[in-house]
This record gives sequence, structure tokens and C-alpha cells, in this order.
Amino acid sequence: MTQSVLVVDDEPNIVLSLEFLMKQMDLDVRIAEDGDAALQEIGRQAPDLVLLDVMMPKRDGFSVCRAIRANAAWDDVKIIMLTAKSRDEERARGLSAGADDYIVKPFSTRDVRFRVGRILNLAQPAAGQAR
Amino acid sequence: MLQGWVVLLVSFGYLCLLFAIAYYGDKRADEGRSLANNPYIYALSIAVYCTSWTYYGSVGRAASSGLDFLPIYLGPTLVFVLWWFVLGKIIRITKKNRITSIADFIASRYGKSTLLGGLVTIIAVVGIMPYISLQLKAVSTSFNLLLGYPEIAMPSGLGEVPIPHDTAFYVALLMAIFTILFGTRHIDASEHHEGMVVAIAFESVVKLVAFLSVGLFVTFGLYDGFGDLFTEAKALPEYGSLITLGTASTYGQWITMTLLSMAAIICLPRQFQVTAIESLDERHLNKAVWLFPLYLLIINIFVLPIALGGLLMFSGDTVDADTFVLTVPMYEQQELLTLFAFIGGLSAATGMVIVATIALSTMVCNDLVMPVLLRLTWLRLNEKGDLGGLLQAIRRGSILFILLFSYGYFRFIGESYALATVGLLSFAAAAQFAPAIVGGLLWKGGTRAGALVGLCLGFTMWIYTLLMPSLALSGWIPHSFIDAGPFGAELLKPYALFGLSEFDNLSHALFWSMLVNIGGYVGVSLATRQTALERIQAALFVDVYRRSDDDRGSGLWRGTATFSDLYALVVRFVGRDQADRAFDGYAAETGESLKKVTEADPALLNFTEKLLAGAIGAASARVMIGSVVKGEVASIDEVMEILDETSQVIEYSHRLEQKSRELQIASAELQAANERLKEVDRLKDDFLSTVSHELRTPLTSIRSFSEILFDESDLPIEERREFLTIIIKESERLTRLINQLLDLAKLEAGRGEWQISDIDPKEVIEEAIAATSSLLQENRMQLDVNLPSQLRRVRADRDRFIQVIVNLLSNAVKFCNRSNPSIQIAVRETSQALLVAVEDNGPGIPAGAEQRIFEKFEQADVTATSKPVSTGLGLPICRQIVEYFGGRIWVERNQSVGAKFVFTVPYARTSFMVPGE
Repeated sequence: MTQSVLVVDDEPNIVLSLEFLMKQMDLDVRIAEDGDAALQEIGRQAPDLVLLDVMMPKRDGFSVCRAIRANAAWDDVKIIMLTAKSRDEERARGLSAGADDYIVKPFSTRDVRFRVGRILNLAQPAAGQAR
Repeated sequence: MLQGWVVLLVSFGYLCLLFAIAYYGDKRADEGRSLANNPYIYALSIAVYCTSWTYYGSVGRAASSGLDFLPIYLGPTLVFVLWWFVLGKIIRITKKNRITSIADFIASRYGKSTLLGGLVTIIAVVGIMPYISLQLKAVSTSFNLLLGYPEIAMPSGLGEVPIPHDTAFYVALLMAIFTILFGTRHIDASEHHEGMVVAIAFESVVKLVAFLSVGLFVTFGLYDGFGDLFTEAKALPEYGSLITLGTASTYGQWITMTLLSMAAIICLPRQFQVTAIESLDERHLNKAVWLFPLYLLIINIFVLPIALGGLLMFSGDTVDADTFVLTVPMYEQQELLTLFAFIGGLSAATGMVIVATIALSTMVCNDLVMPVLLRLTWLRLNEKGDLGGLLQAIRRGSILFILLFSYGYFRFIGESYALATVGLLSFAAAAQFAPAIVGGLLWKGGTRAGALVGLCLGFTMWIYTLLMPSLALSGWIPHSFIDAGPFGAELLKPYALFGLSEFDNLSHALFWSMLVNIGGYVGVSLATRQTALERIQAALFVDVYRRSDDDRGSGLWRGTATFSDLYALVVRFVGRDQADRAFDGYAAETGESLKKVTEADPALLNFTEKLLAGAIGAASARVMIGSVVKGEVASIDEVMEILDETSQVIEYSHRLEQKSRELQIASAELQAANERLKEVDRLKDDFLSTVSHELRTPLTSIRSFSEILFDESDLPIEERREFLTIIIKESERLTRLINQLLDLAKLEAGRGEWQISDIDPKEVIEEAIAATSSLLQENRMQLDVNLPSQLRRVRADRDRFIQVIVNLLSNAVKFCNRSNPSIQIAVRETSQALLVAVEDNGPGIPAGAEQRIFEKFEQADVTATSKPVSTGLGLPICRQIVEYFGGRIWVERNQSVGAKFVFTVPYARTSFMVPGE
């Protein structure tokens, strides 16, 4: 069965590129443009993975992450933070908020595909397969 | 009924009652349940001021010169109401230094001077004796009057009655015995005579009630109240002059008498005794300051009514107005009232005699006799055992001596003077102390020599202008002394010295005596130097409120003494019991066991000196301590050294305090600076973090799509084009961001390049619109431009001006309503500046964000759905530019939709400011 991923980011172009990448991995993609919308979307139907930006209007990524972890019904939801915040203490803060992984922007597309595949236990395609 | 023996019996009974009260008061004090420790008793005891002079004399004076009796009570009222702080200071000093009398007070203030103490004592005794004799006269006159009851026969020729038949003589003896019983039960004169105080307070009540009774009887018994009495009195020929204040010369007299009585309430030995020495609690003064004036007010209410009633009753008769208080009820045959009036007068007289005699005898003993005896080495007084008995004997002898001499004065002089005049004679003598006391309290510069000279001169002048004329009037000196001056020297006439004849006798005497007294005191004080001890004592007195209870300073004994010597010394003067009690108290307070002390330290020496001072006065105490201290008394140099050291320590600690205050301020400033630095650091971090985010965001898109294009070779051509367009747009965004960052950094650092010239705003605005036309068209913007045909030129940088308008326009484009976008540009001219407004129809600026949007990277969270592509640096750059032009930029949110950005450029601009300052 197809696994689903929720892309949360307020930059349309970044959302577009991530959507492209996830679709290539045969994942079901949904989109939210801010923290509140993300929680609404998860509440409607919990995805297998959330790709979560941090600096967003209304509610930031750390807060969304904590909200997901605070709800036992969403224990199975995996979270990868994707953010421009590159400092070590910010990475630590993200992981302690409950994220499974932390990727710094600008990211390598291969890196994103690799980590998403590992977390979702997908059959890892060989690095060069997509080419 | 009022036979002689009845009057005698009642009088004696009354005196016994008084003694019983005093005995009870002392007993209560010994049991620790003090009666006298009460502000009302204290205030009533101060009313000993009202003597038989008030009781009989006020009426007499009112009958002859109307309201002239009032100033005598006005002065004390003024002192208590306005000068209470002087009284408070005297009380504090007296308690702290165990002062025993007014002579002791003055001697102590001027370096514990024996000479000064003796001089004050002599002046006091000579000056107060007439006053005491006045009381004797009043008692014997009233007694003799009463003996004639119901006939009113003025006793006459009292001076001619042989002494064994003279009532006054027995009155004097009786009072001496009584005073001895009252006043010399304890040896320590600084200890309180609590029983006496209670008895005096009781007498104050009796004399007040008795006087009021007579007053009420006259006003409401003989007449129908005040109105009736005064109407009847209009018939009297002297009425007019009695109820008005009289002529200009009496004004001068009023002032003189008021000043005199102000001095008297402070300087009369008996007032000093009850106000300061007998004070058990300084706080009692707070009540006394209104209670005592109230007492004076009440006792004066009926003076004029009794005087008028007496004048009406004895019109044309030979009844002495000084006796009206007694003779009016006698005339009406009111036996009980007459007796009560007599007892009231007796109260007034005995109260004064007892307190004055106790005060004077203490002075005579401590400040006159003891210092002399102690100096007479052949008496070997230092080696004698118990001296307490000697002290008591001296005091008792003094009491007898003072009363007998007062009787003598009465017998030989009293006849020729009215009561009130004799009282004023004493007041004037006591007033001689005022400069030394008041000056000594307020001015540290007053010296012993100054006080001595002032007192001597003032006293001499008093003798010459008041006492000698009184002797002349009595026939002891040829009368020509007054009329023609001594040996016919006109200029030296005692009532018109150096031709000064405008004043009445009293004002004349007061003027001359005070002139030489104050002149001598101030002049000599300025010309002489104080000894170290004088300086110390001056500081102790003037700064009494500033000193702690630390006893340092007043004694400054160096040398050593053994405790057993000191103990033996104290025992000799105050007795074993009291000495033990005092030293036990000291030991308990300091925690020292005196039994182990062999060498007394300076603190113990000081304590002992004060203990002795309480018994024999400050000056003698110093001599006595000096006799047992081995080694020497600290020399002047050493005293000064100690003082200097003390003041240096104080100075040093002041400086330390100052320094520590400065340090505190400096550290607070440092802390604030540190906080500011931290804040700046935090702002810088925030800024870098924001910049990093803003740069990474377009970079992310660029890298991501580049990799996708690289990896996916088989993408459809449309998708390739879309991704490439994104890469190009994001690259442009990145470039713009970097350019603006650099621009803003330059502007903020004040390194912007400006080309200021006169520009035409209309043309510049049109050019800016043209520069954004493609952006406007792309977004299908509707633009309303509202420009006047002609605009005043402004001084500004043309390119920067365009940049501001372009920024505001692109800002407006981003935030415009998507379905029906429209922008308005409006220009207005005021007298001082050009005003440009750019208005969109977007969601507007949220309340509270009006300031924030001009900060770097601050974008109002206006929309969740379509975030405009913006660097967040446009508005901050606009602000930098506008402020450089000397204008202002702000946003208005006066309507429900849209944001209106307005900026000004002033016309008159001489210098261009550097931003960031």
C-alpha cells in the first residue's frame, strides 16, 4: 500500500520541488503552507511522514512537532525537519522536540530521498537507479 | 468663725495634706509605680510659674493699669508654643549630663567652670530673694487680713512689728522646715523629687480652682455675668483706661514684659527645676506645650472681672487692690469662700517657695559652698569619710539662710514696692542668664570668658538700674540717688542712664543690662579662644541630638584610678546604698564585673564623674575625680588629638561611604552597559540568523531544481522550462537580497553616496512610476496618480528619491487585493515639507505593527495563503533614505482596508543628518 507524506513549507518553490521528489518515490503527497494547516491536515488523516519546515507564519515547526508528539494517536507518524536553521543547538532542539531526522536547507535531493526511504523502510533504490 | 486659730489650723492642716501627698508620691516612686511620670502632672507642676504674684498681684495690676498683667503670661505661652524645641534641647542635655541646677547647666556648658557656676548662683540667690520675700509678704498679709474678719483693715507697718510677733517670720520658718522635709530627703540632686512634683501639681489645681471660684462668685454671684459686670463698671472713672491697651508707651512696655517673661520661663531657677531637672520623660513636653498655655489662659479669665468687681465695691476706699481676691469675699461675708481663697493664695506661695528654695539651695551647695570647701585643703575633705551628711547639712543650711534673708528683704524693703514690681525685679535678674543659656544651646562659639563677662556686666547693670533704686525707694540709700544720680552725676541717674529717659524703669533697665550682657557675651566670645574642655562641652550641648549615647568625649580622662578609690569616693558623697545600686547598674549594662576591675578605664571614670555630678555638680565632680586619678588629666594637646582622631575617623568613614556609593553607581552603570551589549549581541545573532534563512531559502529552490534537472534527463520540455524559470527567478531574488543587504549596511553605517541637488518632485515621481510600469502591468494594477501641475523643488538625492517610491510601489503591488488591485499616489505641499502618500487596497497593517514593519526582515503577517516574495528590507531602506533627507516615514491605518505609506521631505534643509546617530 502507498505510504503518504505531508510536505509543510511556506515557500511555494520549495514545496514544488519536494512534491516532485516525493512523487518520484511513489509516495502519496499532501501539502500544507503553515503550521496550523499542517495540524489540520494531520488531524484529517495522519500521514506516514511529515516533511516539516521550521520558520513559517502562525505556528513554527518546533511547535507543530511537539503537538504531533503530544498526541498518542499520531505515534506512528515520522517527522523529518527540513530547515534553514543550521546551527547545532537548533538541530538538537528539533530532535528533542520529537523529530526523527533533521535536514539543513539547501539540501541535496539525493540525501532527502535516501533519508525518506530509510525512515519509511522503502526498498532502497541503488544510488544511481533514478538516473 | 474665722478666728485666728481656725485659720492657723486649716493652714497647718493644708500643709500637712501637702506633705502627705508628697510622701505618698515618693513612696509610689520608690515602689516603681510613679505618680509623677505623667504628662498632666508634669504640665501642672510647670504651673508653679503662677505664684501669689499671679494670684493676688495680677488683680492688683489689672486694677491700676488694666490689661498690663497679660504680657507676663503671653511670654511663656509663646515659648511653649513656638520655642518648645529650645526647652526640649535643655531637657535632653540636662538628662544626659545629670545636670542639677541652672548654675550647673551654665557651668557645664562653658567647660565645667566653677567660677561661672558660682557667679550664676550668686546672681540667682540675690535675684530671686525678693521674689521669695514677695511670697512671704503675700502669705502674712493675707493671714493678717483674715484675722480681722469680718472687718477689712489693711495691715500696715508690717516692718515695725517686733520680729517675735511678726507672722511673716513664722511663715518663713515654717516654709523652711517644710522645704527641708520636702527637698533634702535624697542627696543626689539630679534624682527626681517626685513627691514634691506631685504636691506642686496638686497645689496648681487648688490655686486654679480657688481663683476661679472667686471669679465666678464675683461675676455670677454679685453680678449677672460678664455683660452686667462690665456695664456696671462703665461708671468707674478709670474704666476706659483699664480695658484698652493704652498709649504708645505701654506698647513698648508690653514688648519688654513679653520678652522678659519669655526669658523667665526658661531662666528662672524654679522653672528650670520643674521643666528640665524634674522631667521624667522628654515626651511629656509634647502635652505640656499646650496644657501649660491653657492653664495660663484659664487662670487669667477672671483677673479683670475680679479687679472691676473690687473697684466697684471699694470705690474710694483704702483697700489695696492686691488683696481683692481675699477682700471681696470677705466683704460679702462668704466665710468658706474667703478661707478657700486664702488657701489658694497659700498654695501659690508655698509652691513657689518650695521649688525655688530647693533649686537655690542645690546651687548654693553644689556651685558655691562645695567647690570652696573642696579647695580648702586644710579641711582635708578628700580624706573624710561620709560626706553625704555634710552635703545634706549644707543644703538644709542654705534653705534656712535663703528664707531668712528673704524675710529680711521683705522686712526692710518689701513695704515700698507693690507685689508685681518686686516680681519683675526678679524676672529681670533671671533674664540675665538668657544670653548664656540660649547662646550656649545654639552657638558653639560662646566661650567661658564671654559668658562670665556678659553675666557680670548684665548683673552689675541690673543692680545699678533696678536693685539700688529699690533700696533708695526704701530709704536705705539717699533718694537723691534716683533724682540726681550718684554724687549728682546726671548722666548716671539709674532710671535714665546716659540720658535715656524715654523708657519706663523696667524697659530702661532691661535695655541696658541686655545690651551689655549680650554685647559682652558675643564680643568676648569672639575675642577669646575656647579651651579643649570648653570646646568638647560646647559640642555636647549644641549637638546633643546628633550624639549617640556614647559617653566618649565629655570626660577624656587619661591616667588611671583603682575602682576601690572611685567606689570610696562615691560612697562618701551619695552613701553606700546608692553607690552600690549605681555601680551594679553600670556593671549590668556593660557586662563588666566591677569586682574584678582594679584599674578603671576611661568609660568607668566618666560614669563615676557623672554620678558625682548628680550629687555635687559638674565642676566639683571634675575636681573630685581629678583627686583620685593617678597620673594626669589628659592635657589639652592630647584632648585635641583624640578629638582630631575622632573627627578624622568620621571623615574617613564618610569618604568610604562616598566611595562605596560611587562604586555602586559605577557597577550599576557597568551592568546596564553589559545588558546593552548583550542586547546588541542578541540582535546581531538574530540578524545573522535571519539573513542566513533569507539567503538559504532561494538557494534551496535553486539547488533542488538544478539537481532534479541534472538527475532527470527525460523530463518533459514544459516541466524543464518551468523549473528553469524558477531557478532564474530565485537567482534574481538572491541577487536582489544581497544588493539590498549591502545597500542597507552602507546606509546604516553612514557611508551612503549621496548626490544632493534641487529636484522637481513631479518629474521624479513620474520617472519612478515609469520604472515600475512593467511590474504594474504584470499584476494588472490600476494606478491613480494625483499630482498638482506644479510642485516646489526639494533638495534631495534624485536616485534615492526614486528608490523610495519604487520600493513603496512594489510593496503596494505585493500586498494589493488580488481580485481588484489598485494603488493611489497622492502629493501634498505644506508650508514646510513635501508630503507623498502611496496607498494600496490590500489587507492593511495589523494594529501594533506600524513601527515594526520598518525594522529589518519584519514583515507583517498579513496573509497565510499567498506570501509575497519580499526581502523584508525595502521599508528599512526607505526609512534610512527619508530620514537622511530630514523627513519622516510612517504608515496610516485610518481605513478598514489598505495601507497608506506617507513620507515627507522638508524644504528647508541646511545639513543632512547621518543616519544611525
